[in-house]
Amino acid sequence: MAEERTDLILDIKNLKVVYKTDMEVVEAVNNIDLKIGRGKTLGLVGETGAGKTTTALSILRLLPAVTGKVLEGEIHFDGQNLMEFDEHFMHAIRGNRISMVFQDPMTSLNPVLTVGDQIAEAISLHNDQLSKEEIDRKVEDTLSMVGILPKRKSDYPHQFSGGMKQRVIIAMALCCEPELLIADEPTTALDVTIQAQVLAMMRELRERLGMAMLMITHDLGIVAQTCDDVAVMYAGEIVEAGTVEDIFTGEHHHPYTVGLFNSIPNLDSRASRLKPIPGLVPDPTNLPKGCVFSPRCEHCTEICRQQRPETVTHGTHSLRCHLFAEKKEGGAAHE
Amino acid sequence: MHRYILKRIAFLIPTILGVTFIIYAVLNITPSSPGQAILGPSASPAAIEEFNHQVGYDQPFLTKYFNYVKNMVTKADFGISYFTKQSVFNEVWPRFMVTIKLSLSGVALAALIGVPLGILAAVKQYSLLDTIPSVLSFFIAAIPSFVLGMVLLLVFAQQLKILPSYGLDTWRHYIMPILAIAIPPAAQNMRFTKSSMLEAIRQDYVRTARAKGAPERTVIWKHALRNALMPVVTQIGMSLGLLICGSVVIEKMFTLPGIGSLIIDRINFKDEPIIIAGVILISICFTVVMLLVDIIYAFIDPRIKAKYSNAKG
Repeated sequence: MAEERTDLILDIKNLKVVYKTDMEVVEAVNNIDLKIGRGKTLGLVGETGAGKTTTALSILRLLPAVTGKVLEGEIHFDGQNLMEFDEHFMHAIRGNRISMVFQDPMTSLNPVLTVGDQIAEAISLHNDQLSKEEIDRKVEDTLSMVGILPKRKSDYPHQFSGGMKQRVIIAMALCCEPELLIADEPTTALDVTIQAQVLAMMRELRERLGMAMLMITHDLGIVAQTCDDVAVMYAGEIVEAGTVEDIFTGEHHHPYTVGLFNSIPNLDSRASRLKPIPGLVPDPTNLPKGCVFSPRCEHCTEICRQQRPETVTHGTHSLRCHLFAEKKEGGAAHE
Repeated sequence: MHRYILKRIAFLIPTILGVTFIIYAVLNITPSSPGQAILGPSASPAAIEEFNHQVGYDQPFLTKYFNYVKNMVTKADFGISYFTKQSVFNEVWPRFMVTIKLSLSGVALAALIGVPLGILAAVKQYSLLDTIPSVLSFFIAAIPSFVLGMVLLLVFAQQLKILPSYGLDTWRHYIMPILAIAIPPAAQNMRFTKSSMLEAIRQDYVRTARAKGAPERTVIWKHALRNALMPVVTQIGMSLGLLICGSVVIEKMFTLPGIGSLIIDRINFKDEPIIIAGVILISICFTVVMLLVDIIYAFIDPRIKAKYSNAKG
């Protein structure tokens, strides 16, 4: 067990996060487990509102101070439980050992500071001993690493396009060579050609720096391109997890995963319409009593409405569905 | 940027011409005449006519207007007061300086009190450092400055007898008027700074700064504050402009020789040259303050600077 732990850069155990306001309690993340090996990439997939970003923010302990609360669970980073440390310790972790790339490059850069200053800030925060010239050189190196001319460091964010801004943000996240990069839908706000560029660049930099990555996305195509492992998140729960092979080519699947795959256009099939998942994500202030997916599931039975399913694991593949609870040969879900 | 500033300064000229024209027109539409007003109801119509002729009030409106503008531009001559027969400039300028001194110190004090309290309230939202100043400022912002002035007079001059109630001889004379001028805008500034700061703190780039590992102090001062300052600068500039025009009540209350009270006094006598000179000074002042606000904007926000530089042509 101890050996296994050192292989993992990130090990989230039983994490439960809520947003509490005077009126209601939003159950954003409900007792999830996630593991990322060193140098590996985990794709966290799910619809808007599934709790993906909340999970990411909890890792950095950046949940909104007043409303966001971690109720249960442990987040082990490199063998240390981040939940036990004070804010000062987290300053040394953030941006240095764990970095984050945010979803919207348009709003994630400070409009009144030059991009060079913003990258330099990240470097100088974690490298006290560097001189001004050394920091300057590092800023230029980092910018050219993400494919931006170093002389543009004195430009302001409004002088960059969306794709270039996202490159700046990635440069900012990578300038201290983190061990774990959390990428929260890094390409959602970009158009398709730029998406491909940015993804290719992220893949290449990951190889070069040897870092682990948590890739948050709702795009299964991105998962297939970049990830080693996948976790499918729905209404704050991990409903299915496994290697990319398990999820993309495996035999058994959670009905939600099947629904996700049916929502992507397929070149091979002759179907003229996509098959969307009916209904909406359940209200997180009032989650269903049984399986969280039961109101939208076409295989829903009485037990699904009454009782929350347990996670069933076969090798690397785990599922949380009554269909696969006892008998292994469910088979009903896929195709 | 320089060209933009020059352009804005050049724009002062039509502004001033427009202001003089409007004031002249309004004064000439109203029925009474300076002779009537100054000589009083007992004066004979002939005497009144004689007086109006002497001071040049009976000339046609447009002739008067063009002569006034001509003298102002070529000789920097603002004319002679109908009432005191003194040079208008010598009468208006010292009183204008009094108003400027009061308004500037009032606005500075309001900013010094309001802005830091607003920042503190936003950073410590929901704590006592937020709720107490916020509730207080809510009430204070609702009190007009003349009510505040009367309360101050009552307490410090009438009851405690520690501050003089009128005049401007020593620095102690300035305390109450400046407080009366400063406190309501200070409350406004506090509320403004707080809401603007709260909005800035919720922005994505502030989260980015936190994710970089920046300590809270850096996040607030370096990232949130500069972005939050824009509306606050506007608010402070506006309040300075309003104070210069609007400190009449405070000047009257504390019997201060300011420009507002001068203009009001001379309206009764229809003393055209004084009224117009006073209004011109106030409007120049207002325009200059607004120009300063815009220049400060450009220093805070590079996007606006870029816009000014591009809009040269």
